[in-house]
Amino acid sequence: MWLPINSLISPKKFFYLSNRLIPWLAALFILSFSYGIIGGLILAPADYLQGDGFRIIYVHAPCAFLSLFIYAVMAAAAVAGIVWRLKLAFLVMKHSATIGAGFTLLALITGSLWGKPMWGTWWIWDARLTSELILLFLYAGTILFQSAISQKKQGERATAILVLVGFIDIPIIHYSVYWWNTLHQGATLKVFAPSAIDSTMLYPLLAMIAAFLIYYVIVLLLRMGYELTAVEANHHWLRKQT
Amino acid sequence: MSETLLHFFHMGGYAWYVWTAYASVFTFLAVQWFYPWRRWQKYLRDQQLKS
Repeated sequence: MWLPINSLISPKKFFYLSNRLIPWLAALFILSFSYGIIGGLILAPADYLQGDGFRIIYVHAPCAFLSLFIYAVMAAAAVAGIVWRLKLAFLVMKHSATIGAGFTLLALITGSLWGKPMWGTWWIWDARLTSELILLFLYAGTILFQSAISQKKQGERATAILVLVGFIDIPIIHYSVYWWNTLHQGATLKVFAPSAIDSTMLYPLLAMIAAFLIYYVIVLLLRMGYELTAVEANHHWLRKQT
Repeated sequence: MSETLLHFFHMGGYAWYVWTAYASVFTFLAVQWFYPWRRWQKYLRDQQLKS
């Protein structure tokens, strides 16, 4: 299973693949993002209780979802890196940390902006909010740890272990609204049950989540592509392409 | 028309919260994409000059 993935580690192959993929992904991103924004800000009706203030969900929920998803990707990459010693996996882990930290910070900022008019406070030491803040610290710790260890191979493995230890926070964040009494509402989107949201509001939300996921892949490809080709090697084949 | 637009931007009284949230997310998305993209472009330009 890992063989085709491992073959992508060749900077040349990675360069060709990402160069072909990025325009398609960018087109998909523009489509889903446009639909999500228009649907969320214009087409979806105002919430019966929160009015137009609920429209923050179209940026808050995708950021919160991405903050968890990216950490899960990092944990999977950490396992692949430790077990199969995949260079590509360590690169995914390294570059995902910065993007994930950004989405986590945004989830907290947009959550505060939503919380102030609805709950009457910018911040509360609520289980969901606190566990999300811990996730931000985990991302920050991963980024700092990567830059602190000078020996690259040891640093990669140590960071992977740190990421795996921190993974315990992901189910805590997800189930915090069920395990403890919190101000934060329960999950709006459910995989195995009907979602607690009308379809006119649901589809733009799904489109925004898809757009943010595609965005993550694009930025990850750009960052990894640069490191593989420009930082790690100075390839003559690249000059011929440019 | 202008009244509809004003109504839209007013966001039922939540304008400051809604637009600040959207602006912070859009700024992050733009910056996070722009820097790696610009670095790539600069690198490709340098390669072109070398060849």
